Amino acid sequence: MNKYYLGIDLGSTTSKAVIINDRDEIIGRGITNTRANYKVAADIAREEAIYDARFTLLTNRLKAEIDAKPEFRRYMEDIRSVFQYRQFKRRMDSLERMLKKTVSEFQYDNRDLIIAKLDEILSTIMPQIRHEFVNEDLGSKNQFFRDIVSERYNVMVAESHKEFFEPLMLAFDKSITPVENEMVKFNFKELVDESMQVLEEKYRGLAERPLEENKEDWYYAELNAVKDNYKNVELTLREHIDSIASDDIHISNMVGTGYGRALLPFPEDCIKSEILCHAFGAHAVFPNTRTVLDIGGQDTKAIQVDSHGLVTSFHMNDRCAAGCGRYLGYIADEFSISLNELGPEAMQADKETTICSTCTVFAGAEVRELLNNGEKRPNILAGLHKAIVQRAMSLIARSGGVRNEFTFTGGVARNQAVLKYVSQMVKDAYGDVTMNIHTDSIFMGALGGAMFARRNIAAHLPEPTKQTETA
Amino acid sequence: MAQEAQKEMSMIIQKEMVSDLFNELARAKETGKKVCYTFIPGNLSELIRTFDMLPVYPEINALQSAMRKKSGGYIKEAEKHAHSEDVCTYVKCDVGMMLKGNIGPTGEKIPEPDVLLLSYTGCFTFMKWFETLKREYPNAKVIMVHTPYQENSEITPEMTQYMVKQFKEVVIPKLEEVTGIKYDEAKLKRHLTLSAEAEDWITRIFDTTKHRPSPIDAYFAGVYYIGPINIGFRGTQEAVDYYKELYKEIMERVAKGLGPITPEGEMKEEKFRLVVEGPPNWTNFREFWKIFYDMGAVIVASSYTKVGGVYDNGWRHDPERPLEALAEYCMNCYTNMNIPQRIDLLSKCIKDYQADGYLTNSIKSCNSFSAGQLAMMREIEDRLEVPVGFIESDLVDPRYFSYSNIKNRLESYFQMLDQRRVIGADIKEVEA
Repeated sequence: MNKYYLGIDLGSTTSKAVIINDRDEIIGRGITNTRANYKVAADIAREEAIYDARFTLLTNRLKAEIDAKPEFRRYMEDIRSVFQYRQFKRRMDSLERMLKKTVSEFQYDNRDLIIAKLDEILSTIMPQIRHEFVNEDLGSKNQFFRDIVSERYNVMVAESHKEFFEPLMLAFDKSITPVENEMVKFNFKELVDESMQVLEEKYRGLAERPLEENKEDWYYAELNAVKDNYKNVELTLREHIDSIASDDIHISNMVGTGYGRALLPFPEDCIKSEILCHAFGAHAVFPNTRTVLDIGGQDTKAIQVDSHGLVTSFHMNDRCAAGCGRYLGYIADEFSISLNELGPEAMQADKETTICSTCTVFAGAEVRELLNNGEKRPNILAGLHKAIVQRAMSLIARSGGVRNEFTFTGGVARNQAVLKYVSQMVKDAYGDVTMNIHTDSIFMGALGGAMFARRNIAAHLPEPTKQTETA
Repeated sequence: MAQEAQKEMSMIIQKEMVSDLFNELARAKETGKKVCYTFIPGNLSELIRTFDMLPVYPEINALQSAMRKKSGGYIKEAEKHAHSEDVCTYVKCDVGMMLKGNIGPTGEKIPEPDVLLLSYTGCFTFMKWFETLKREYPNAKVIMVHTPYQENSEITPEMTQYMVKQFKEVVIPKLEEVTGIKYDEAKLKRHLTLSAEAEDWITRIFDTTKHRPSPIDAYFAGVYYIGPINIGFRGTQEAVDYYKELYKEIMERVAKGLGPITPEGEMKEEKFRLVVEGPPNWTNFREFWKIFYDMGAVIVASSYTKVGGVYDNGWRHDPERPLEALAEYCMNCYTNMNIPQRIDLLSKCIKDYQADGYLTNSIKSCNSFSAGQLAMMREIEDRLEVPVGFIESDLVDPRYFSYSNIKNRLESYFQMLDQRRVIGADIKEVEA
């Protein structure tokens, strides 16, 4: 039987799970927003990583076909997205029930009207979301259930009359948390079947639809291939799906890390400090890493590692959150925009407004003052991003500076503006060092955890081959 | 329970010594003894005794208040009187205590000072502190000695003479004036002889950490051990007897192969040996200590236990050169050493006591300790390739002790030590 290892990183903002095989290769990733119930967050991330692992195994089996035939590649991409939609749909159905139940318990006189309004909203946003999952790339955006729904729900509610606005917002606030905290177990095979049906409809529809002019050739090449051959893909897939679905993804060992690690129902020796895990994960992906900067939700860590990925020293922010992800979250709230929009907007800046406050909360006041004075929003955002990086730079300096190579991890590493300033400032201060940023940067802690799990918590480490590579 | 069972003779002796001192202080008005406020670094304990004065150490009162959970209130009181948030919290705690009636750790009022004797000027705050006290106690005589810093890693004869001149021309005449007692050099020499003896014993005591397991914790228990020699008993037979007894007890532990005593009984397994730089946090001292012993970490040496005198390199009070000895003592206190000297001293501790790691506790409100701490850490890390750790807290302001932050960092640090040990050994094996 194949052996797999699980790492769970329970961060303050997001919970991540990574499954690796016995060659340290990532075969599954799962991520969800951390909520009051840490166990549910961890379970959801883990379940997601297991589904993802099954898809990876499926993809591996179909590797020859995927490499050779565009329709396979396309189909596999699409099915993952639709699969996510089916998961989303289950939870959404639950939310709908909960919303109606909540409203029916309200003391408002116009309860029936509110429910009618609710129906109207849901029947508008549901097809929207379905479309974005099935025909666009919502599935690949790593957005969480709460964000996907609330973004669209809020837009609809904002248009409502005040008499609906309050109860509708209240209903959402009261309903979303219990639904988020529901641990819903999905049947992989069932969900795949449903997804295949959705895809069948989609592709069948394509055959009847005229071509649009605004897409590029390769897009249509792939789509045409699917359109004509999806039945073949389906047949091949069905050959494998049963065995993949019933395949036991046996987790031989697991390690929990991150802020919530102490709350995980793991034995004590399966709990590891996130500092070691981030460093180990980053070093595994970039074996020449000597300095790791991790900007997470609640803390920023500057970590120095040796040639084996072992931590030699680290420094963390204390007493102040101004240098970490939560600062961005707070600022996003101040501007009433989503976290994902912060970076892109900051990139539009023509200069960086100086932000003096070293305190998250005071920075909010400073921002309002700057807006009043007519400063442009992108410039203020650029200044805020720069301020975060400046604080991270001081932490790096305290930990011993940047040594070649430098790897940037954590959720904040996804933010383009932060990346821009990190690159700039590291270069200014330490010259041309190699900088690594990976698309999996947010998963580094969970990856490190899984790697520790595979080594049975530090019992035996790197194979000699790996070391000679890194030496 | 466990703690009661572990009460050693030395602890009882120390408790009696301290309570006797505070009783004497409480009766100072009746007995006519003069009261001298002074600080631990560079304290002229023997000279104070020569003039039959009773010492009061404001920073000891502050840390005692913190351990009794009173510092928070005192600090607030001082802040109400316009002492800024950034001022040394020892100062604010002391000022607050004074404003609240100057009730000492034993519950009795601490007498007002007859003399404010500042014999160590390396900490700028000390000067400001006594300026504040001078305003509160206008009748007290202020004696300030300028202590040259060991800028070039040495004490030159000129530096010593400069200080001796101050003793002869300022300190001694003023003390004679306040106490009405004539300076008696023979008496000072007798005290100095006993000082040297106690210094020998305490050096031996802190050297017992070279044993495995270490029989003592040189930081958390160490701060108790330095009590008598620092708070006015240096130069007395009582101090010598205390340290002899303590040494005897420790050697019994060594013979039995026992680890250090903690508030929850004996530490069973020694997993990590550390050298710690910086004062401890006093407001949550027990909690702070517990994080260490719960994880099997023992401190084998600390810079903080050297604030009242550095004896590691063989320096002792020399009764044959009484005033010169006092001068050298002042200049030789830990925070008066320059950064390279401190690095050498701590490096020697790391090597001699086979430490697995070097940890800095950075104190928010202490300039004397904080200046240079990061540079020292970097240099020690580079020189000895020892894993270093860094945590932040404060002396006596409870608002700056974050249990979860410190625990999180220490957990990471200990796991890092563990990982380096286990995996490091694996790697060596693979490479060999």
